[in-house]
Amino acid sequence: MDFQRHDSVGEEAVVDQAAARILPHLVVIGNGMAGCRAVEELLARDAGRYRITIFGAEPHVNYNRIMLSPVLAGEKTFDEIVINDRAWYADNGIELVVSDPVDTIDRVGKTVTSRSGRTVSYDRLLIATGSDPFIIPVPGRDLHGVISFRDMHDVDHMLAAAEAGSRTGGGDAVVIGGGLLGLEAAHGLTLRGMKVTVLHIMPTLMERQLDEAAAWLLKTALEGRGQTILTGADTAEIFGDGKVEGVRLKDGREIPASLVVMAVGIRPSVALARDCGLEVGRGIKVDDHMVTSDPAILAVGECVEHDGMVYGLVAPLWEMCRALADGLVETPSGYRGSVISTKLKVAGLDVFSAGDFSGGDGTEDIVLRDASRGIYKRVVLKEDRVVGAVLYGDTADGGWYFDLMRKAEDVAELRDMLIFGQAYASGGGRADPKAAVAALSDDAEICGCNGVSKGKVVASIQGGACSLDAVRATCKASASCGSCTGLVETLLALTLGDEVETGPKTMCKCTSFTHDDVRREIVAQSMRSIPEAMQKLHWSTPDGCSSCRPALNYYLLCALPGEYEDDQQSRFVNERLHANIQKDGTYSVVPRMWGGLTSPKELRAIADVVEKFNAPMVKVTGGQRLDIFGIRKEDLPAVWADLNAAGMVSGHAYGKALRTVKTCVGSEWCRFGTQDSTGLGVKIEKMTWGSWMPHKFKIAVSGCPRNCAEATIKDFGVVCVDSGYELHIGGNGGIKVRVTDLLCKVETEQEAMDMCAAFIQLYREEARYLERTAPWVERVGLDHVKSRLVEDEGNRIALTRRFLHSQSFSQDDPWAGRAAGADHQLHRHMAEFQPMTAVAAE
Amino acid sequence: MIGDWIDIGWVNEIPVRGSRTVPVAGGEEIAVFRTADGRIFALANRCPHKGGPLSQGIVHGHSVACPLHNWQIALSTGEAQGEDKGCTPVIPVKISGGRVLLCRASTLKAAA
Repeated sequence: MDFQRHDSVGEEAVVDQAAARILPHLVVIGNGMAGCRAVEELLARDAGRYRITIFGAEPHVNYNRIMLSPVLAGEKTFDEIVINDRAWYADNGIELVVSDPVDTIDRVGKTVTSRSGRTVSYDRLLIATGSDPFIIPVPGRDLHGVISFRDMHDVDHMLAAAEAGSRTGGGDAVVIGGGLLGLEAAHGLTLRGMKVTVLHIMPTLMERQLDEAAAWLLKTALEGRGQTILTGADTAEIFGDGKVEGVRLKDGREIPASLVVMAVGIRPSVALARDCGLEVGRGIKVDDHMVTSDPAILAVGECVEHDGMVYGLVAPLWEMCRALADGLVETPSGYRGSVISTKLKVAGLDVFSAGDFSGGDGTEDIVLRDASRGIYKRVVLKEDRVVGAVLYGDTADGGWYFDLMRKAEDVAELRDMLIFGQAYASGGGRADPKAAVAALSDDAEICGCNGVSKGKVVASIQGGACSLDAVRATCKASASCGSCTGLVETLLALTLGDEVETGPKTMCKCTSFTHDDVRREIVAQSMRSIPEAMQKLHWSTPDGCSSCRPALNYYLLCALPGEYEDDQQSRFVNERLHANIQKDGTYSVVPRMWGGLTSPKELRAIADVVEKFNAPMVKVTGGQRLDIFGIRKEDLPAVWADLNAAGMVSGHAYGKALRTVKTCVGSEWCRFGTQDSTGLGVKIEKMTWGSWMPHKFKIAVSGCPRNCAEATIKDFGVVCVDSGYELHIGGNGGIKVRVTDLLCKVETEQEAMDMCAAFIQLYREEARYLERTAPWVERVGLDHVKSRLVEDEGNRIALTRRFLHSQSFSQDDPWAGRAAGADHQLHRHMAEFQPMTAVAAE
Repeated sequence: MIGDWIDIGWVNEIPVRGSRTVPVAGGEEIAVFRTADGRIFALANRCPHKGGPLSQGIVHGHSVACPLHNWQIALSTGEAQGEDKGCTPVIPVKISGGRVLLCRASTLKAAA
């Protein structure tokens, strides 16, 4: 040991020089949470073992970086977040060097040199440099007013910006990054009076910690607090003249801002370690005692990589510091990596996540959604052990789940009560009995006399047993002593919703509500998105299934056209790709030909497309349109573009939508025609095209009772007669042929059009998803339809008005948008993003 | 890494609850899925039932519904769910630095 060198730097040392001569010197680079915690742990074990010097880049003593958010929010002062004040350094004989980061490490000479030129020798060196904020490389990132959210300096900058804003009536701030850090920055700035927009590149907030459902709740709550949250927002540049003026997104939107906070992530600060030749992966590589590739050098905290993992949270850091301190006093314990949990509180919103909540093979989800209290809980089990949890709104049991998870405890015994939390599961709770029954497992016994499980009771209810008597008759539950009658009644209520006696089946296995319940609640609560509906209606799966998602998407569309959020991924492929998928995976394309009419220009365009794209077949459809077959998926945008160029729009031959209006030639050419059926057909198609329906919908207009357009097997049919128009409904030429019912007769084209719109809207609002008009009319009865349309003029006018309102949003050609718009890439192969010659047979 | 794994592009290029396809020279396509929770899976792009392009199905949880006849295929095992029987080859995937890597040997085998 080189005592001489120690002496040469000892001028400011508070430490007893006599002691220093015999103690080895521990130098710590980093005065943050990890560095100081490691020192605390060391002091707790053996205060007299090392002489200690700590270098800090910031001018401050050791403070709690996690508490910067409350400082920003004005809930705490800096003094309140100091962990160790100057007295602590003095009392423990630690030399603290502030505002002077270490620039180089000389491993051979065992010295470090700081920016100011101070050189200190060490016996053991501890690197605790933490991490650096990641700055996305967009133009304008160096403008004045663009900052990160990492230290007190950043907080001071934000406070100054908020102060400047308040003098001019509130400034605009943009926070880039919808992760934990970004949201905390946004919250603080909001409380400081700034108008805050959060830009997040991913579709949901905090996607690493929260699943979609919890993220939706968080977003909704933050918006309720006045923030603007833009997801899927990709920053193109930050603009301004010397000082930041705003952010421009890749889609062209501009958001004004006098302050931009970049909080998109952190990366381990490894430059110092790399420069001196230590082994570095994503972080500085350390063993189980936090020793780097140089035995004299240790590293701890966010700057390290242990067993392939880097950590950005505080709990693993504490565990590392314990292992490190044990190693320093030669009582090895060893760090074995950390299981992570995240607990966040933003503006009183509680969020918790831990472990692996992504589900998957062999895992089971237990989901509890309490819409009225804004609570969402999801616990993921694998082989009767908790492997992950996401909690929103009530995180009181987060620690308990985390503990069960870390200990890998068998929770088979607790399983039914698990989701209600520790108090309930351990018998002390006061939970809703209905919820408790809902939480019972399928093989839990309901009826002891007859040995009937919950699963069997539910199956019999779903199989049509809609009353207590029916359940008794079909599965024998509650048919003997009757002591389980209450349980069976609860199961009936849970399974069928309110309509216990007559109710139809639930929408799908993801919910206990029926289609009708769901529709009613969506309208009553003005729901706007699928995650919102799933939360408010207590969905029991995280993101639904292929049966309920398209239905929910349609019900939202119908309830609040123009306001709901369409979810493309909840639409069937035909509606997503605006073409019909065929058995070989190619598509067919049907351009709209209004009323079945066409022109040389359109025919040429179609012929050209057929040739250009080698379509193997063109066919006239039953609805009098031309169907071009065998188009490859990647050619679809080009096909649409070519057809659009000739003035043609999508025929919606692929959607649960208005398909075609079939016509005959009517009075214009036919010697029997009584009215202009072709003209009326064109008018009706112009009014109704683009409308989404519960199922496909076809219309026809025949010019006389000879009915050449086959109007009496269509969803809505018009048969022209001398005295006016007979209007028919509920016909079907499909699997089960059904002839229409006569709805009424009207005298003018306008009345026929209005009635058509009203009928469509009644069907759109009342039928269940995937229910065509024929079974719907049979289910509700012709009298019901007549009473709503023919006998109630006010209602008919209102329906017509609602239909036309909805049409004002839906009559845009999906082909045009997709061929040219931002999502035309949806149709492109991944290989076209990233040309890939690599995948060739070897 | 090069040789054993094929880099096919950024994770973000795959829509959430959606997929992209990767053509293989002289073979069938691979479908690469991204689920709501951010996981990535890869399967041969054909349903074990009638060869439907699974990439075009509705992704829910860790399953995809075949667009032709609504068979539900588990993304992690390729197995048809429920009463249906059949299996689609699964290709091991890993994510590195935000990029999606497919196991080369399995890709070539599945596409053959």
